[in-house]
Amino acid sequence: MVAPPPPVHFNAVTKHFGDGPAVLDAINFTAREGDFIAVIGPSGCGKSTLLRLIAGLTTPSSGSLSLQRQPPVDAVVELAFVFQEPTLLPWARVAANVALPLRLRGVPSNECADAVHRCLTQVRLADRADAFPRQLSGGQQMRVSIARALALNPKLLLLDEPFGALDEMTRNHLNEELLTLREQAVWTAFFVTHSISEAVFLANRVLVMSAHPGRIQHEVTVDLPYPRTAATRQSSRFLELTAQLSQLLHAAETPPA
Amino acid sequence: MNAKITCLVAPVVSATTFIAFWYGVRGMMPADKKFMLPLPHDVATALVENHTVLLHASLNIALGASIGLATATVLAVGLAILMSTSGFIRTSLYPHLMMLQMMPVIALAPILVIWVGPGLPSVSIITFLICFFPLVVNTTQGLLSTDQKLVEMFDLYRASRWQQIRRLRIPAAMPYFFTGLRISGILASIGAIVGDFSAGSSANDGAGLGFLIIIYGAQFKMAELFATVISGCLVGFSFVLVVHRMSWFFLHQWHDSYERSDR
Ligand SMILES: Nc1ncnc2c1ncn2[C@@H]1O[C@H](COP(=O)(O)OP(=O)(O)OP(=O)(O)O)[C@@H](O)[C@H]1O
Ligand SMILES: [Mg+2]
Repeated sequence: MVAPPPPVHFNAVTKHFGDGPAVLDAINFTAREGDFIAVIGPSGCGKSTLLRLIAGLTTPSSGSLSLQRQPPVDAVVELAFVFQEPTLLPWARVAANVALPLRLRGVPSNECADAVHRCLTQVRLADRADAFPRQLSGGQQMRVSIARALALNPKLLLLDEPFGALDEMTRNHLNEELLTLREQAVWTAFFVTHSISEAVFLANRVLVMSAHPGRIQHEVTVDLPYPRTAATRQSSRFLELTAQLSQLLHAAETPPA
Repeated sequence: MNAKITCLVAPVVSATTFIAFWYGVRGMMPADKKFMLPLPHDVATALVENHTVLLHASLNIALGASIGLATATVLAVGLAILMSTSGFIRTSLYPHLMMLQMMPVIALAPILVIWVGPGLPSVSIITFLICFFPLVVNTTQGLLSTDQKLVEMFDLYRASRWQQIRRLRIPAAMPYFFTGLRISGILASIGAIVGDFSAGSSANDGAGLGFLIIIYGAQFKMAELFATVISGCLVGFSFVLVVHRMSWFFLHQWHDSYERSDR
């Protein structure tokens, strides 16, 4: 039997901008279907660049990258990107913002209504469909952004510090929501974060990157069972893993003498 | 509430002061110069007595201004979209647009009269020329100032060029467009009156305020001249009002220049 094609496969990928130094170097990595991969590393180590490569927003300088064995730009994989900021259209109501990816695919607006309602219900904002983005709080705007990402039923979800600007309570809450969403549909996720506990709570695999050039230093498998709840954060295994990761991250941040 | 009352009372107080000052100045003028400054109530009488003529002339100005401004809006938006798509088109057209703006429109009046005839056609074209530049420049600026993160999001969803213009660049340019329209809205009635002054005609009842100014001026009818100025102000004011209403309609729900309603 042939193994299913990996949703994301990096083969010796490097990336540099112009004639600058290598931002990413020797990236070899294969994601399995349904993986929730957290990416942590010092600022400027190329985490965002990694996601942008997967999304096809930029291309590798050398090496190859494939999504289900296809180059990112013509990949048939349904993909969504949640940026650090909500990036909502300020002139469009919440419902129209969520419908945007569908509308850009040419789906007529009356046929978007069901999908929009489903996605907004998933992030518990169905009652704010008619609001404008500026009438929502930061956390609500982020949830709309997630709802928009879900509109196309993505098989691959890229999240670049989506909750970085939020307070810890809201962030924990949205983390739990994200895992609930994951139970409802199968997708593979790359999640960039600065927070170790967020990485451990969400992911089954954590990549620790180092900077100059950006490399994958370590991969840690998080063996905590899903579904994870608020109680998971108190378990001893959780604390063990966060301690281990913070050591690895500290080592990655300190350049070798 | 207090602020609202102040808003209503303050202008009335200042206007009363101004009118009192006007009477005062006139009182101090030597007798042989008094004809130069009609009294406020003379102006008011002139407004009432000539209201049919003034109203008709104002409407003619409003018509010319509307045609000129509307044409300028449509063509400016079209040209701005074109210019926003290519730096080459931008650099090749921008100097000529500057020239157009620098052109002394008054000097163009006799040419236009010969080309398209006096009256409404010339007046509309002169208004158009005056209104065009602020609209093109502001709208182009707006189309080019789209938030890069939103552009990236559209790229991610593989939006076509046209989808990006229609769903992203045009709405994002709205506030800039309205900045241009506010400027052009003020210029439109002034442009039409200037146009009418230099290329107007009384044929077919087409005389506007500019034409009236020439006639009243030749007859030294000072009160009527002042009444014409006031009529011109009112036409201009109504244009500004319409533009502000339109701007409000398109922007108030989402743009930061308008307060959030649920604050
Ligand atoms: N378009 C670009 N042109 C030139 N250099 C770039 C570009 N994008 C990113 N870089 C450089 O690549 C490096 C990695 O950037 P990247 O945004 O991927 O880092 P990051 O890990 O996401 O950092 P942070 O945690 O601060 O978000 C940085 O040194 C940055 O200056
Ligand atoms: Mg980043």
